[in-house]
Amino acid sequence: MSEPLVVVGNGMAAARLVDELAKVALGRYAIAVIGDEPRLAYNRVLLSSVLAGETASHDIELKPATWWRDRGVTLKYGCVATEIDVGRRELKIAHEESIAFSRLVLATGSTPLRLDVPGAGLAGVNTFRDSRDVDLLLALAAQKKRVVVVGGGLLGLEAAYGLAKAGAPVTLIHLMDRLMERQLDAPAAELLKSLVERKGIEVLLNANTARLHGEQHIEGVELVDGRRIEADAVIFAAGIRPNIALARDAGIPVNRGIVVDEHLQTGAPDIFALGECAEHRGICYGLVEPAYEQAGVLARHLAGAASAYNGSVVATNLKVSGVAVFSAGDFIGADGSEAIVLSDVRHGTYKKLVIANGRLTGAVLVGDTTDALWYLGLIRNQKPVAAIRADMMFGRVLAVPSRAA
Amino acid sequence: MTSIDPTQSLSSGRAPRGPVGTTRTTCPYCGVGCGVLATPDRGGGAAIAGDPEHPANFGRLCSKGSALGETLGLEDRLLHPMIRCSKGIMERVAWTDALDHVAHRFKHIVARDGPDSVAFYLSGQLLTEDYYVANKLMKGFIGSANVDTNSRLCMASSVAGHRRAFGADTVPGCYEDLDQADLLVLVGSNAAWCHPVLFQRMLANKQTRGARIVVIDPRRTDTAGDADLFLGLKPGTDTALFAGLLVHLADSAALDHGYIERHTSGFDEALARARGIAGSVAATALATGLSESDVAGFFQMFGTTPRVVTLYSQGVNQSAQGTDKVNAILNCHLATGRIGKPGASPFSLTGQPNAMGGREVGGLANQLAAHMAFTPPDIDRVRRFWKAPRIATHEGLKAVQMFEAIARGEIKALWVMGTNPAVSLPDADAARAALKKLELFVISENVRSNDTVSAGAHVLLPALAWGEKSGTVTNSERRISRQRAFLPAPGEARPDWWIVGEVAKRLGFGSAFDFKSAADVFREHAGLSAFENNGGRDFDIGALQSLSDEAFDAMTPVLWPMRYGDIQPQQRFFAEGGFFANDRRARFVAPEIPALRTETTAGRPLRLNTGRVRDQWHTMTRSGMSARLGQHLPAPFVEIHPADALRSGVTDDGFARVVTDYGQCILKVVVSERQQRGMLFAPIHWSEQNASAARVGALVAPFTDPFSGQPENKATPVTIVPYEYVFRGFVLSRTHLELPPHVWWTRVSVTAGYGYLLADNADLARWQPWLRSFAGSDLAEYRDFGGGVYRAASFAENRIETCLFVGPAHDAGDWGVVRNLFAQAALSDDQRRMLLSGKSTDGLASAGPIVCACFGVGRDTICNAIGAGARSAAKIGLQLKAGTNCGSCIPELKRLIAQADVATPDAPRRQAVAAI
Repeated sequence: MSEPLVVVGNGMAAARLVDELAKVALGRYAIAVIGDEPRLAYNRVLLSSVLAGETASHDIELKPATWWRDRGVTLKYGCVATEIDVGRRELKIAHEESIAFSRLVLATGSTPLRLDVPGAGLAGVNTFRDSRDVDLLLALAAQKKRVVVVGGGLLGLEAAYGLAKAGAPVTLIHLMDRLMERQLDAPAAELLKSLVERKGIEVLLNANTARLHGEQHIEGVELVDGRRIEADAVIFAAGIRPNIALARDAGIPVNRGIVVDEHLQTGAPDIFALGECAEHRGICYGLVEPAYEQAGVLARHLAGAASAYNGSVVATNLKVSGVAVFSAGDFIGADGSEAIVLSDVRHGTYKKLVIANGRLTGAVLVGDTTDALWYLGLIRNQKPVAAIRADMMFGRVLAVPSRAA
Repeated sequence: MTSIDPTQSLSSGRAPRGPVGTTRTTCPYCGVGCGVLATPDRGGGAAIAGDPEHPANFGRLCSKGSALGETLGLEDRLLHPMIRCSKGIMERVAWTDALDHVAHRFKHIVARDGPDSVAFYLSGQLLTEDYYVANKLMKGFIGSANVDTNSRLCMASSVAGHRRAFGADTVPGCYEDLDQADLLVLVGSNAAWCHPVLFQRMLANKQTRGARIVVIDPRRTDTAGDADLFLGLKPGTDTALFAGLLVHLADSAALDHGYIERHTSGFDEALARARGIAGSVAATALATGLSESDVAGFFQMFGTTPRVVTLYSQGVNQSAQGTDKVNAILNCHLATGRIGKPGASPFSLTGQPNAMGGREVGGLANQLAAHMAFTPPDIDRVRRFWKAPRIATHEGLKAVQMFEAIARGEIKALWVMGTNPAVSLPDADAARAALKKLELFVISENVRSNDTVSAGAHVLLPALAWGEKSGTVTNSERRISRQRAFLPAPGEARPDWWIVGEVAKRLGFGSAFDFKSAADVFREHAGLSAFENNGGRDFDIGALQSLSDEAFDAMTPVLWPMRYGDIQPQQRFFAEGGFFANDRRARFVAPEIPALRTETTAGRPLRLNTGRVRDQWHTMTRSGMSARLGQHLPAPFVEIHPADALRSGVTDDGFARVVTDYGQCILKVVVSERQQRGMLFAPIHWSEQNASAARVGALVAPFTDPFSGQPENKATPVTIVPYEYVFRGFVLSRTHLELPPHVWWTRVSVTAGYGYLLADNADLARWQPWLRSFAGSDLAEYRDFGGGVYRAASFAENRIETCLFVGPAHDAGDWGVVRNLFAQAALSDDQRRMLLSGKSTDGLASAGPIVCACFGVGRDTICNAIGAGARSAAKIGLQLKAGTNCGSCIPELKRLIAQADVATPDAPRRQAVAAI
């Protein structure tokens, strides 16, 4: 008899967990996936591609319906889990019967933050998180509505890029003095800004939103310094908040996220959490790669194998607004470190390698990320780089030619 | 301005008599005087080939001659007359204004301070016609013999030696002797580099006839590489060697007593002096530092080989005893009667294309004109011929003394034509400083800028350059050849003879300077050579004095003498005597005891030898324009023997400060066994225009030979100390650059621009603002300050504009790869990405731009997989993992598949790349 394992959430982390479980613990668990989005799990990373018209919406589904069926997964999408009864090991679902579990996995993801400013509730003020948001934004773009995107992080840039490509005049406003300040140093951010601007997006930095204007519907954004930007729509993309309400209400320990140990177990027995909602050693990861690593660890753990999650060396390795961007480690360069920099702004590349004690400790790459994973390996394995220092900027094929042969 | 249009004479100077569109002319470099076929292209350049019909080269050219087509650009040319205005800057003026100004100032200074207060300094680059008009103006009409020439630095000792021995400046042999000799003795001549075509002729003789070659030189040059015997004698001891040889010839019954008896005088005194200098093989070996066996071997070879040609060049001439050296050599040929006979003669190799023409004209301060001297009969004769009542009656100042007189303020006006004395004179810094004292300093030049121009010229007059000018030159074997124009006159450049003539007219001597063409000048020159000659003077080309303009244009290379009525020129001189002294006898000259003028000291323990390199010419204003020639030896260097290097602490490829009592340079060090212990060698070509600290002329002592006035350029006491640079690097640029202060640099032409090699001790951080101060905004940079590296390139579109590499001196790297990219009209994306690595990426596997960031899978790898059958994202993922993590590249994977589907099966990759 299979144990009932319930997964709350139907995003990328959940899908990967099911995939991994099917590989390592086939038949051990009767799996049910409860998701509030009204569609099959899809690749959230590609939402901006859909927005940009580069990918069709149905093409971003992670797995077809048959795949779920073949693995015996009970798939309930469009269903909202409302309460966990930890004692009775039951999950309550709105408008549905409760469902019993022997193990529960919380993969509830996160929610975009809405700025707490006057006018934040006006019609036309939206977020960019799921495929419903994409449909809305596509409609805006089709009408050539003027859109202000608030937030110059990854999500905001993706939204702005997608909107611009879809035909909307876009202004991106960002609180800080540079874009993606947590992933990029100043020159990299400057280059990214110019590359984004080349795509027709207006970028305003040091732009602190004071209030949103409008009667019923949004009409404009006013900044603290008095600047005003006319807008038919505003997209908040200024950070995310882990979805922890379900766990918190069940008495499961939470901080910013749901606190988990190295087995991804929460403070409650047999209840686990992973992905953006989880907080491991004080860190809530907002990227897909740690979630996938966690899914692998958790699947093996649930299969009874020894397995532990010790955190992820976070590397940003993406295309941002069509621009390849990578950063990892101490890419700013702490005291005592040295930097090697290659920049070719017109050509759209910027690369910085940070070296401390003869080892690579950080890297940031914009435009050319060919060797990103090689650098990431060097950052992780901490091998001395003196012998390859002269050439390492120009890639593994030059610095370690034998490996390319 | 007069009604003469110099371009008229130019067009009449064009004689495309070879293949259609091709002009026969003569090379403007060394004294071999090779025939050149020039075929102009439509872009201002020309295809260059050797003239198979020219008897100097029979179609061969050396590296320099072959590259002439690369030196015709107008970038650095002086194209308009200029006068220094009251604010000190040079301003363009009309020809009439420039000529009026020059004439007015000369007239004023001569009237005030007399004719000896003015001087002309000419060049072996000038055509005979230019030389003739300048010499005539100064000696005949201004009335001073202060006309000297850079030939003074080149072969004046040979002239003086010839005149002492033969009574005239006669080269007795001809090039055919090099083919017919059984022994070729090269003394102080690196002919392999400096007269390459003649040297090849000698090698051909060696190969086909078995002629032996002896090379006598303190340096083991490339010429020595083909020698049967190399005699690396101590500097300044040539006279001892040839004195020893004369003794040996006398003692081994090798003398031609009949010749000595009939045609010479002074033999006994000369032999006695020779015995005193080097009375035996052992004494000769001691005096020269050679082994007795080498000395004996040479003596035996010379003594027993009737057909011997002794060729001598700057190693003999550039000496404070150069004239004695020449006579010591001539003594041996006179004593054996081996002179003017097929395959047997002494032979002076001249350095410049028209040193001989200058000598024929008399464009030297110690000659009057047309091989006539400052003797009363000669002066009278020339006065009558020229109708020149104010003709100079005594010798003028020779080059070094002329510049000393300028420094003392005695010469107040100087006109330099076609030469760069601020670089080439000994003690060149002093010479340059002297120029600044001139009241009037006129330069006729091809280039806008050189060290002499920069020394404070007041008037710049644009002269025609090779390929534009028309006239004659004479090579080392007395062969007169035409230089013909095959390019239009650029800007307002004019022939030198025209410029001088126009000034002469403005000085009031119009009737004597009414020349309409170079042919006009040549006819008068030929007429003077024959005037009241009657065989009393060697130089006589009377047969050519009535040449029509057409015949002048069509003139084929001709040996002199060519006397009136001659059908065939005379090949050789003196086989049967007939010398040009009053008694028609040759003179044996008893030379002084050989000694260098200077002593080495503890502070100056070595001696500095100077000379040329293979692929450059003089101060590089022409040869420096060729990228091909720049590759051979791009940086100024000093060569040193390993033992001296060890003792002085300098290392190969390092830098050294080279110091004499006169100046200092900082040069790259080449440690070489070819260099004799105790001797350094540095080439003469670099100037302030193309190097920061390599004016080697500034190192050279200004001591001169008492007879020839030629300076001792090859033995200045010197010291060498290591000089360290932390950084080295290079810049490639489309234009000339001004480098930051205190950078050691040298400039060399590269394809499509200029290369600067540099070394520096200042902070690396200086380079970025320097580059940004002139480069455009499209700039790529690489910096690893911790590793001591800064590199940057600026672009226009995708063409490199400027590229700078600076790095640690011990790891300076090679600029070959970057130079090749610099030559390209545009870089590919990959080339631009890798440019600042300085490394070639040819043959390195490249995956192409990254598509799957998660697994680092490149586009080329993916396209190859698609081409091999992976026609879905899932299949690609299975093979390459691409798209199996975050999946954000899947759309691009699908796009690549779709593109491959429409592409032709054999070119999927190109299609995919082109589409992105």
